Amino acid sequence: MSIDVVLETEGLNRSFGALRVTQNVSFRLPRGARYALIGPNGAGKSTFINLLTGVLAPSSGRIRLEGEDVTRAPAQERVRRGLARTFQINTLFPSLSPLEATTLAIAQRHGLCVNPFRRLSGCHAEIDEATELLNRFDFGADAERATHQLAYGRQRLLEIVLALAARPRVLLLDEPAAGVPQHESAEIFGALAALPSDVAVLFIEHDMDVVFRFAERITVLVAGQILCEGTPEEIADHPQVREVYLGDGEDV
Amino acid sequence: MVAVPAPEATHSARALFVRRAAWRWEEIAFWICAALSYFIFPGHLVLLTQAMITGLFVVSLDIMFGYAGIPSFGHAAFFGIGAYTAGILARDWWGDPLLGLVAGALVAGLAGAICSQLVARLHGIAMLMVTLGIGLICYEIANKWNSLTGGDDGLQGMQITPLLGLFTFDIDGRVGFIYSFIVIFVLYLLARRLVNSPFGLALKGIRENVRRVPALGIGVRVQLAMAFTISAAMAGVAGALLAETTQYIALEVLGFDRSISVQIALVLGGIGSLIGGMIGAVVYTVLRDQLSLINPAYWDFWVGLVLVIIVMSGTGGVTGILRRSVDWVIARVKR
Amino acid sequence: MVDFVNILGAGVAYGVLLFLMAGGLSVTMGMMGFANLAHGSLSMLGGYIVVMLMNWYGWPFFGALPMAAIGAAAAGVLVERTIFRRFYWGNQLDQVLLTIGIVTMTVAAATFVWGAVPPAVHVPAFLVGRVHFGWFDIGSYRLFLIIFGGLLTLALVLGLEYTSFGARIRAAVDNRRMTVSCGINIDRLFMLAFAIGSALAGLGGGLAIYLVGLDPAFPVKYLVYLLIVVVVGGMGSIRGTLAASLALGICDVVGKYYIPYLGAFIIYGVTVVILMFRPNGLFGRGH
Repeated sequence: MSIDVVLETEGLNRSFGALRVTQNVSFRLPRGARYALIGPNGAGKSTFINLLTGVLAPSSGRIRLEGEDVTRAPAQERVRRGLARTFQINTLFPSLSPLEATTLAIAQRHGLCVNPFRRLSGCHAEIDEATELLNRFDFGADAERATHQLAYGRQRLLEIVLALAARPRVLLLDEPAAGVPQHESAEIFGALAALPSDVAVLFIEHDMDVVFRFAERITVLVAGQILCEGTPEEIADHPQVREVYLGDGEDV
Repeated sequence: MVAVPAPEATHSARALFVRRAAWRWEEIAFWICAALSYFIFPGHLVLLTQAMITGLFVVSLDIMFGYAGIPSFGHAAFFGIGAYTAGILARDWWGDPLLGLVAGALVAGLAGAICSQLVARLHGIAMLMVTLGIGLICYEIANKWNSLTGGDDGLQGMQITPLLGLFTFDIDGRVGFIYSFIVIFVLYLLARRLVNSPFGLALKGIRENVRRVPALGIGVRVQLAMAFTISAAMAGVAGALLAETTQYIALEVLGFDRSISVQIALVLGGIGSLIGGMIGAVVYTVLRDQLSLINPAYWDFWVGLVLVIIVMSGTGGVTGILRRSVDWVIARVKR
Repeated sequence: MVDFVNILGAGVAYGVLLFLMAGGLSVTMGMMGFANLAHGSLSMLGGYIVVMLMNWYGWPFFGALPMAAIGAAAAGVLVERTIFRRFYWGNQLDQVLLTIGIVTMTVAAATFVWGAVPPAVHVPAFLVGRVHFGWFDIGSYRLFLIIFGGLLTLALVLGLEYTSFGARIRAAVDNRRMTVSCGINIDRLFMLAFAIGSALAGLGGGLAIYLVGLDPAFPVKYLVYLLIVVVVGGMGSIRGTLAASLALGICDVVGKYYIPYLGAFIIYGVTVVILMFRPNGLFGRGH
């Protein structure tokens, strides 16, 4: 086993009643990796992310983060240990500004959120870091407007900013560019490509162009099971993938 | 760091938080009026003191309900626990008023910390029901434990010693007013500090989107339990203040009616603004006092009607209406 | 033992009464997602309609009862159409505050119209006194309540299970969106459900006077019990509400008789404990 594995699952299972949405999934994410998770609709991709992040509890199996067992750790605990995520559908704080939301995430990382006596306006380090992060994504004046007033693409970016504010070592992105026009999705993935090289990224994405451009390795999930894993070239040539996931292969 | 933000961006960002925490005119106006009322209405100091104490109680609910989003039908439990703690202490041991306050805060806070473990894991109506249950249980305990609380007859025989050994509580309520004013103002400052702290921001985050907050690394239960505990301790101080200034505790301090009327006062004043709680409490207490002189049984009708109108119109209570009218006037004048 | 059976009978009668008053509330909370704390006000209205018709106009008890149901249903529908409808599926806290406002108003209005003194009603002679069955006897009125309430409950459960109207209501409780997309006029369905719930509440109020009395504070006094029944039983579940009503009725009567010092604690304590482990109630759907 390589020391460089940062996130790992072992025989992960999850059922809803008789429906087994995740079956015996063993998966490894090395430090600094850029991996993609693909699969047809209903393959259990989001469920897998929810299991990794602690939104759902697995029926059986293990999850290790930096070698430590986090299978039963609550969601917030995993974030604190460096596992951050974005959501498929924007779930933000409608009336807070991006600046406030980001400052909140950073203040939490600094352990300030249980402190009712500290002045928020005096938390310069946190505010400045939030500003810097938002500037990196070109928020400009939007940083101080209420989130619900922002354009959809901006809100998608804020999802990523909030995840990054936790300074994750693993970043899970559930369709980061869903619902965003093509040119803006390039912006989102450009920003992801520019992430620090020690951050491991696992993203779910439907746009195969994007997947093949950004992913080093691809994991294919079908009916809750890992069908195969490999480099983009291997996956593109994999006969079963072409059959199961890509239809007749004409899409590729 | 990859890029240092432009200095003006940093400046603007910091200014946003300073602006959010700045004193608003209605807050300044309220506290000036409250202080001046001592000189303007020297004959009504007892009523004014009670109105301010209710204000503190409502502000404590605002932290829990307005900021943390925990509804309660049993907040009087903590008000009552504070009152009885101070009362029993003054009756049986030592009547130092400041000691009573601290004891009231501690015991109510402890009770709040225990109850918070039950409440923080629930949502919505279930929260309402559990707080209701807690309130009713506390009422029943006080009602049945005659030897300690005086039961239905209320707690009598408190011996409150002079404040700081110097100022004796007088029948006109002058010392009581000044004492309460200072304590309540200091607690208001603390409440402001809390609301404008990272902790307060986390509460707003929970109120806005409780499911998203764990993904920032924030534990919802811990935050809610803390808010509940702080709110309970603050309600306890309010109860202790009432006990000390009136030197009598009616069983009614724990009643369901009080839990409801504090909710009503909060909505009346405006939720989630702190000062709305103070304003709502004063309006509620003074109106009830005045209206019940004219028409004792039916004043509730008008309170209910106002509540229905406020909820239906979404105006943000008296404070919201005030604020909007002033904004409107200012906009007119500027034009 | 005999004592116990008698007390049990009284508890069941009380539980039936609670069920009549809470049944409609359970359906509206489950179906419309509307926390109507003013439901008890409809019971009070039903009660005062009976009082007025009997004491002022000399109506017989059984003539006045249907009017209580009709009057409460009319009032319920009026409020539903003008106010409540806008708050369905809205912020639950708004609903709570709104309906608390309405409770406050109705309490004051009732004091104004009918005065604070609890009125007395005279039920027909055959309902006064006790009925003996060998070693067991029970108050005639209680027996009547149990039989009448039992029949009504049976009708309600059968109606919900076997009529198409009931099927639509169950569908709406289960999955509102799906029901709408099946082309069911959910707005009208809500109104009808609300009317039936209100009628039951009114009827319950009319039946309650002789047993537990009536005064303007009625909606506040019973608010707590109605909420306990609905929340513990599980919103939208008729069976759950019935079970919780009977349990609460029996606990309350038995508790008051045998352990008057602890009765209330047990009820509130059990409620809190149940909600800790089953936040959606005993028969409610889990998440």
